[in-house]
Amino acid sequence: MNYFGESLNSIHTKLVNKKISSEELTKQTFDDIKATDGEINAFLTLNEEAALKKAKEIDQNGVDANNVLSGMPVAIKDNMVTKGLRTTAASKILGNFTPIYDATAVEKLNSLNAIDVGKTNMDEFAMGGSTENSAFKITHNPWDKTKVPGGSSGGSAAAVASGQVIAALGSDTGGSIRQPASFNGVVGMKPTYGRVSRWGLIAFGSSLDQIGPITRNVADNAVILNAIAGHDKHDMTTSTKEVPDFTSSLDKGVKGLRIGIPSEFMAQGLDEDVKDTVLKTADTFKKMGATVSEVSLPHTQYGVAAYYIISSSEASSNLQRFDGIRYGYRAKDAKNLEELYVKSRSEAFGEEVKRRIMLGTFSLSAGFYDAYFKKAAQVRTLMINDFTNVFKDFDLILAPTGPTPAYGIGEDVSDPMTMYMNDVLTLPVNLAGLPGMSFPAGFSNGLPVGVQLIGRPFDELTVYQAGNAFEQSTDFHKKTPKMGGNN
Amino acid sequence: MSNFETTIGLEVHVELKTKSKIFSPSPVEFGDKPNSNTNVIDWGYPGVLPSTNKGVVEDGIKAALALHAQIEPHPHFDRKNYFYPDNPKAYQISQSDKPLAHDGWVEVEVDGKKKKIGIAEMHIEEDAGKLAHEKEHSFVDLNRQGTPLIEIVSKPEISSPKEAYAYLEELRKQIQFTGVSDVKMEEGSMRVDVNISIRPVGQKKLGTKTELKNLNSFTYVEKGLAYEEQRQQRVLMTGGTIGQETRRFDENTGETVLMRVKEGSDDYRYFPEPDLPALDISDAWIDSIKKELPEPPAKRRDRYVNELGITDYDAMVLTQTKEMSDFFDEMVKDGADPKLSANYLQGDVNGYLNDNQVDLQNTKITPKNLATMIKLIMNNTISSKLAKKVFKGITEGKEPKKFVKDNGMVQVSDPSELQPMIDEVISDNPQSVEDFNNGKDRAIGFLVGQIMKKTHGKANPQVVNKMLVDSMKK
Repeated sequence: MNYFGESLNSIHTKLVNKKISSEELTKQTFDDIKATDGEINAFLTLNEEAALKKAKEIDQNGVDANNVLSGMPVAIKDNMVTKGLRTTAASKILGNFTPIYDATAVEKLNSLNAIDVGKTNMDEFAMGGSTENSAFKITHNPWDKTKVPGGSSGGSAAAVASGQVIAALGSDTGGSIRQPASFNGVVGMKPTYGRVSRWGLIAFGSSLDQIGPITRNVADNAVILNAIAGHDKHDMTTSTKEVPDFTSSLDKGVKGLRIGIPSEFMAQGLDEDVKDTVLKTADTFKKMGATVSEVSLPHTQYGVAAYYIISSSEASSNLQRFDGIRYGYRAKDAKNLEELYVKSRSEAFGEEVKRRIMLGTFSLSAGFYDAYFKKAAQVRTLMINDFTNVFKDFDLILAPTGPTPAYGIGEDVSDPMTMYMNDVLTLPVNLAGLPGMSFPAGFSNGLPVGVQLIGRPFDELTVYQAGNAFEQSTDFHKKTPKMGGNN
Repeated sequence: MSNFETTIGLEVHVELKTKSKIFSPSPVEFGDKPNSNTNVIDWGYPGVLPSTNKGVVEDGIKAALALHAQIEPHPHFDRKNYFYPDNPKAYQISQSDKPLAHDGWVEVEVDGKKKKIGIAEMHIEEDAGKLAHEKEHSFVDLNRQGTPLIEIVSKPEISSPKEAYAYLEELRKQIQFTGVSDVKMEEGSMRVDVNISIRPVGQKKLGTKTELKNLNSFTYVEKGLAYEEQRQQRVLMTGGTIGQETRRFDENTGETVLMRVKEGSDDYRYFPEPDLPALDISDAWIDSIKKELPEPPAKRRDRYVNELGITDYDAMVLTQTKEMSDFFDEMVKDGADPKLSANYLQGDVNGYLNDNQVDLQNTKITPKNLATMIKLIMNNTISSKLAKKVFKGITEGKEPKKFVKDNGMVQVSDPSELQPMIDEVISDNPQSVEDFNNGKDRAIGFLVGQIMKKTHGKANPQVVNKMLVDSMKK
């Protein structure tokens, strides 16, 4: 089986009514992954033995009728540590790394008896927007196998889009959940910074990183966020604010909601079909009773520069621990300590990771700090102020998720600047720490096009509310790619 | 004589005595099996995050208050980046642009002159692990990794090696009295980085400074600085230039030796630690910490002089360490005479500590036992001579009253018990009696000695003296 046409609730009902056991469901999930992953390459590591064992136990104890995730197979992006299950962040430097603890988000899913079926492919250390920077394999877009799935959570998005799993966790530092969600025609939420614990997420840009759900529809997404959100004593940047039930406002509609479209996000370089999709989405919202107007986020043009300086600076520091001393890849035949460092890191980090380490190290260096890191931090403050100003008069911001639909594998990979510019529409949300969700809103030459809704800090509720209203009045999320294997 | 003025900078690291580490729940314990007091955070494992130990911030505030420093309301942490195997994250979480406190001072007295020496800033940070090298292998022990430290940076206001010594003594004392650290150089809970430069008198720009290493005591700091001051003067007066270098102090020769020349400054690429929100230190929090803070040494000294009537010198000696001062306070509280207590602490107790190279808190001497002994002296139960033996018992953990009783050491002051012995001694020593009657006062000493012999030292010498005189006058 695959999960096309299903939702968490529909599967849960089958489990509760014993139409299918968790073990059968899990086994079929692995069968489907094995049948289809040859052409998709969504997974780096499968957790088959442990997953089937856990499913069996859940069946024996009975599926909990009050817990939608009881016995539910899900996938985890490979930058979240999983106890006893290889975790690589798609890097050679962690090629044989098996963690001894679970990330908080993973632990929360485990404690609700969700079943971790495996670890999904990604750009190495989440650096990239196409999953082509994985050290191990290239993931293909299920809608067109010659296209990239986006990234860095390309494996998670492709696994959900291809029906391999009903839900997956991704992480988003500059668009890494939302952009692949858009490329794959699925729903991806980057929650407010501080909403979900980063404990156990292998850090990229610590002030930007956030874990979030990728699902087939908005309601499922809210269910997964309910499961993973909340304060964590292991992560001092998590908020102590009370976590609402994110499914509680799904059916409230958009009547009276004020939606702004930033003119800077609709400017040059935007694919015509994408632009058209945003405008049509705006029309749909208007028809349902929302007001939509143009707004301005005047510092948007500085976002890419500020983002790449801040995220790379933090990454250059975060990735220093991969030194070949305590765990991970160690170069052979190093003659002294310095050579051990240099060889291990040179041999095991990929080109893009090295590029960002260089960029970040430079930006933090004495004599350059003020002109780069400090300036970027100041720009960030201005961008936060831009959003704050808009949210005085608007409840939500509507924008394209990426400038284009999925592009061809190998097309942009040699040109870092083009790759970096692709993040221009998603990264302002990370710099400002806001919640943003991409959801399917149209098609362009058979490829899905997503748009994003951006909310006030800690107001994922309104984002879900509007997203669900749109989904209920459209069919984009119901379309599925043609899959081979035994589908 | 010299046409140069000296500028000394001191960076002092003090290890805090918290139960757990600054950013992880691992215990702070020394001497355990390597890496036994560590967890994923201390290893710099993928995905881990630091959590600030509130106790460390509190201890830091205590130290800052003791050093009269301004406490920053929203200090934050910064990362100091460098690769080394004892530093598992390859960055140290420290504080750079908004440290916990700034602009403090301590007052020192050198050659009878008092001087306030400024403290530029004071911050909290984590310590690194330790490496051990054996043949072709190096071993990493991360037990010390994450131990909380405060670093105290002096303003360039120390102008002589003597002042440096006095500054360190005062700093150690002030912090020691807050109870947040043992502040012992010999145990590594206080470490000192030293730099020194000289410049011609009147020149505004500071001279090139050299750093000194291997200074394992305050005395070596002073000696090393004094040597280095002379050396720099010699170099400049003979037309040479001072290089920016790190020099090692040789304890045997008392000289400093070039270790390495520094080219430029290290680039640690400091930036704000994104994993830890800025701290929020309210006035209310500071006030509640102030209330818990033990009485500082200067206040104790005043109290000893003004309320307990002991000399300023005695008060100064008693307030050298918190342990001694607390010990004294407890004795007085227990009813022991302050003057006598001060004498015993400075005499017998300090002598014992020096002879045995041990700290007061690591002996069996308790304030209660010592106070009891002093009370026994005060009410004439024992003589000061017998007290020597009782004190020895106290150092072995014996309770004085029981010790005195068990050893039959109670002083004999009862005249009816003493009179027969006095009569006997007088009749046995007619020559001495005659000498006494001829005005030779010394003779009485011999006679008292005879009584002490008979009583095995237990007779009350004052009583015996009086009774002898009275008997011989008859």
